[in-house]
Order: sequence, then C-alpha cells, then structure tokens
Amino acid sequence: MNAIARPGDPRYYQIAVLSLLLSYGIVALDFGIDWQNAAAIVVTAQVVQFICTRFVGLPKFDPLSALITSLSLTLLLRTDVVALAALAAVVAIGSKFLVRVRDKHVFNPANVALVALMLFSDRAWVSSGQWGSTIIGAFALACLGFLVLTRARRAETSIAFVAGYAILIVGRAIWLNDPLSIPLHQLQNGALLIFAFFMISDPKTSPNTRVGRIVYGVMVATAAYTIQFVLYETNGPIIALILSAPFVPLIDFLSNGISYHWNRSVKGVIQCDT
Amino acid sequence: MRYLITVTVTILTVAISTTAQAFCGFYVARADTSLFNRASQVVLVRDDNRTVITMANDFQGDVEDFAVVIPVPTFIEREQINVAERTLVEHLDAYTAPRLVEYHDPDPCLKYELFERNAQNDAELPSAKALVGSRRSLGVTIEASYTVGEYDILILSAEESSGLITWLNENDYKIPGGAETVVESYLKQDMRFFVARVNLAEQAKLGYSYLRPIQVAYESNKFMLPIRLGTLNAKGKQELYVYALTRTGRVETTNYRTVKLPSNNEVPEFVQAEFAEFYRDMFRRQTIRENQRAVFLEYAWDMAWCDPCAADPLSPDELRRLGVFWTGETDGRRVAPPPAQNVFVTRLHLRYDRDHFPEDLVFQETGDRQNFQGRYVIRHPYKGATSCDATPYKASVRDRQEREAQMLANLTGWDIDDIRAKIPYFEGFKPEPEEIPWWKRVWQ
Repeated sequence: MNAIARPGDPRYYQIAVLSLLLSYGIVALDFGIDWQNAAAIVVTAQVVQFICTRFVGLPKFDPLSALITSLSLTLLLRTDVVALAALAAVVAIGSKFLVRVRDKHVFNPANVALVALMLFSDRAWVSSGQWGSTIIGAFALACLGFLVLTRARRAETSIAFVAGYAILIVGRAIWLNDPLSIPLHQLQNGALLIFAFFMISDPKTSPNTRVGRIVYGVMVATAAYTIQFVLYETNGPIIALILSAPFVPLIDFLSNGISYHWNRSVKGVIQCDT
Repeated sequence: MRYLITVTVTILTVAISTTAQAFCGFYVARADTSLFNRASQVVLVRDDNRTVITMANDFQGDVEDFAVVIPVPTFIEREQINVAERTLVEHLDAYTAPRLVEYHDPDPCLKYELFERNAQNDAELPSAKALVGSRRSLGVTIEASYTVGEYDILILSAEESSGLITWLNENDYKIPGGAETVVESYLKQDMRFFVARVNLAEQAKLGYSYLRPIQVAYESNKFMLPIRLGTLNAKGKQELYVYALTRTGRVETTNYRTVKLPSNNEVPEFVQAEFAEFYRDMFRRQTIRENQRAVFLEYAWDMAWCDPCAADPLSPDELRRLGVFWTGETDGRRVAPPPAQNVFVTRLHLRYDRDHFPEDLVFQETGDRQNFQGRYVIRHPYKGATSCDATPYKASVRDRQEREAQMLANLTGWDIDDIRAKIPYFEGFKPEPEEIPWWKRVWQ
C-alpha cells in the first residue's frame, strides 16, 4: 500500500496489457462497453483511493493499483446502470482498506466487487463467453499475461490454477468419454485466462510463499471446477476466488511467509519470492 | 410466417431405424423413411432454477415412424411433460423476427411529418440439410409409459447407456453412430431421457395432421440446451432458434460468443420483395465473419410492447401456455392484463455443427434490459410533383441509393452490380460506371 511507483514497477506492464485487452475487446470483439461505465469506474476508484489514503494516513497517494482494479472491472463487469458501475469501484477499493488481516487485504478488489454486485443486484453480470475461443486469441492472452506475471514474479498461483483446472476438465472429459475438443473449447476462454493471469495472480492477495501460492492456485481451481461442473452454476472461477480468499491468512500462517511489496527497492522489505 | 413448421421436435431426438438429425438430437424413424430436419425452434422459459422448454421442429416424414429421444437435465415424471399448440411458437417467432421497416420521403418542398409503416417481417429460415444417420442400434429400460396428447411417452430409467441403447435396438430404432457415447456421457452427468412416439389413434382422434411441440418442465441448475446428439451425423449445418423468456433481462450463451446481428441498416427498396433471401444471405455472411462460432442475438425486448411490431406481443394466456409460470397470478379475481408482464424475450439464432460447436449450449440470464431488434430500413423517394427546385433533394436521394447498394453488398455479399441493376435510380440517374482497372482490360 505504501509502495511508490517507479519505473520498472510491474504494474505499468499490467496496465498496458489490460488497456490493450480492453481496446481489443471494444474494437475487435464489439464488447458493448459503455464509455460512461468505464469513466465512472476509473474516476470513482481514484477518488475512493484518494479519500481512503488520506483517511488511513498513508504517506502517499498511489493511483496505479486502483487503476488496475478499474481496468479489470471494466473488462469483466457488465451493467447498463452507471451508478452500479461506480458502486463496483467503491466496493472494490473500499474492501482493500476495510477487510484486512495481518496488514494485508483479504479479497482481490475487482473480484469482491464483481461478486457483490452479482449477488445484490440483478442488473450486473459477467459475460464470460464474449471473448470467443479462437486459439490465437487465447495464446496471445496467455503470453501477455505471462509477461506481467514474470515481471511480478508471481507466476506460481496462475500456473497452479491453470494446470489444476485443466487437469480437472480434461479428466472429466476422459471420464465422460467426451472428445477432447470439448475440454479444449472450455479452456480457450478469454475470460478464464484474464482471471488466471490478471486476477488470481494479484500478489497482494495471494499467499506469501511459493508452496502457499501453489496450494492456493489448486484450491481455487478445485472450487471453480466444483461450482462450474458439479453445481452447474456460472462464473465458477470468480466465485471460487472469493470463497478461497479467506484461507490465504491461514495458508500464510502455516507457511510463515512475508508480505509482498510492489516495489522491491522499498527499504526494509525482504523479497521471499525470488 | 417464415418457416414452415411441420413437426414437433426436440432436444435430442433419437428415433427409429433411419435417422436424420434434428436439432438437439436426431430423429429416429423406422425402416428407410427419409426424414428431414430443417430448422428447430426451442422456447426456454427460465426463472431461478425452474425451466419450461418447448421444442418445435419442422419434421417431415411419416409420423408413423417418428420417435424422438429427448434428454433432460434431471429425472422427470409424467406430469412434467405436456404438448403445446404450434401456433404459440409461430406467434413468438413472428413477434421476434427480424423486420423490414419502410419510410416515405415527404415532399422535399414541404415541412411534413415522417410517417413510418411497419412492413412485413418475415424472414425465411434457411434450411438445414437433413441428415441420414448410420444404422446402428441403441436402447433402454422403461420406467413408465403414458399417452400425452398424440404422443406415447416412455420415460426411461436407464442406469447406463446400454439400457437405452438395448431398448431402442429391440424396438427397431436405429441410432446414428457415436450416439451411444454421447448418451453415456449425458447419463454420467445425471441427465435423463424420454422417448416420444406418435400414437396414430390418438392423433386421428385429435385431428392433427402435424406434430405439435413437446413441452417439459423441470427444476435444475443447468440452464443449457443439449445439441451434441443433433450433430452426430450432420452432413451440413443445422439451424436453431432459441427464444428465451425470462423475468429480468437478456439471455446469452456463456460458452460461445453472443453477437448482435447487424441492425438498423438502410437497404435498397427492392429488398422488400426479397427480404427472405436478404435475411438468409446476411445471416450466412455474418456467421462466416464470426468464424462460424457465434450465437446471434436477433431480438431482445420487454414482452409488454414492441416498436415497430412485427406481430402483437404474446398475451398473458399464451405466455402461460408456453410455461411462463410467474405471470397471471391474479389470486382468483379477474383483472385486466397488466401492461408490463415481467417477461423479457431474447431470440438467439445459430447455425451449428460439431466442429464449431463441440459442446452443449450453456446460458445465463443477464441484467441487460436494453432493447434490440434486427431492423432494416427502406426509404422510398418522394415522387410526387414539387413546387420548388428539388435538385438538391434528388442529388441526396441518388447518394443515398448508392450508399444503400453498398450496404446491401456488404451485408449479404451480393454482387454490387447486380444490386445496382435493380435499383430504380431517381429520375433516370445512373451511377457512374466504376473505372475499370487497366489490368482488367489487358486480357479482355
């Protein structure tokens, strides 16, 4: 939270990639994203971040994380009510400051906002099918995501999640004697990859140790699979993440890790993930 | 009405002997009867985990040999199966169909009011080619047998696919190759099947010469439509229309892209006479643009109204018969039909085969209540006498006609010169011939 953005901050890469995805979605895929909603989310997030920064007494206002959250929300959240878009930003940023355990926020901000809005409003939804399933698109997304991950040195959660989810889905297809084209189609989902590489990988809300992150990735994958293919509910990964997040402090406690700070050059911070 | 619906059908049809595929499944027919399946229509009424599905298909064949195997996401009892009137689906189709709207230019020398007229809206459904399946046998154990309307309904309690397959086999039904595998997969996913056969005596008694849609009501978290069985022997693509009736908002697929059909485009006047061809060719072109993997949104509207109306909105009674269980609860007192019916209709259209739609369709209801309709516009130039210099108006009409020609070519892939030849350019105006590139002349 008290990190200061510097050149080389991985969040710049994340912002660039998310912006690229957003442009691709709007221009090539005709996402139907209202610019009013996008503006409402971005502006509200910054305002709430600013107010909370002052209120909590942090040394410096840091717009980057809030911007990343805004972009993720804009990419995933669909609503035709501008006020709900703004509310999502309030919930997202507010949760960072309000729901904390051992000086870490518990929920991924965009994730908690998506779930809250879908739960308490019938006018907000996530269009997981809108990304299509072309192999090229999936490949491009994965590469871009991996770039961000490498910079943030937190690839384990994403890889564990994707691997776990893929194994479960392919295993299911084998059990059902379904053609492999079915699990492949299910994996070639843009929303799933965005989730895996831009949401679950969030270093601030994932466990502090490598083992912890792998355990966490597998846990989210299992929950997501259960929601999607056992309970037959939609948005399995997003709901799985919110359900798994409260276990992070426990995983941290058991694995005794150290909290992540965005900027490695901040004094006194020891990096545990190299 | 755009398409001819001659038969009822369903979600997964498996039938006897010869098979031709049907949308969510495949027809089964006895002996060598040829069956054709052109377009299937499904009405999905959904709220919370309750679903009522109505399946109509333009089955063409001898009903004596007709049987359809229908998969449902959960175990059902006899009372959950019903037979609906075909007119209900036809009305819903007419209400939601892409439409042509015409405007007449006013006298350019007057201040006037535009008036709009709703033109007819029919669009002919492209037909899917019938498939003839291989002659393999399947089968099941009968749990219960009932007669519902003109159908004999057999509810199967197959614990494993061999039961269903054996039963079908013993009863001379033939199943397309690969059906056994899909049936087995569905059973493992806790889906169940029932078989509907036409009871000729009952049908004669009822006086129907065609097969009416079969309805099933069930409770399940699965908001999906099984299409895999229908693709097994497909020699071509199949056409499917899904009409979703929900309480809140638009329905979309979660595992395929849902794309809006191009709309509000101005097209030449002659499209009025060729609207069916226009719609068919435009749809074909759009599917190719989406790599044949998209589901198209053709209509999304609150059922309480329409503008322009291709047909009147469905009445509360019609909705009720389609399975909309949350309307018409009047606690016994007679009340006038409320203007807002709390019913949102979504019309989805897809052309599918196994390569491009490998898994079943999964849906979700969104909170989107924005209205959308496939709407195409014709503008008739003013041809009456004018009391002023109409030259600027005429020039603008010529420009517009050329834009319309290009739009039409872009939407449908039709040849631009063919299109231009059909346009009565204003007052003898002819578009300047496109300059022929020098290389085209070289070898002429």
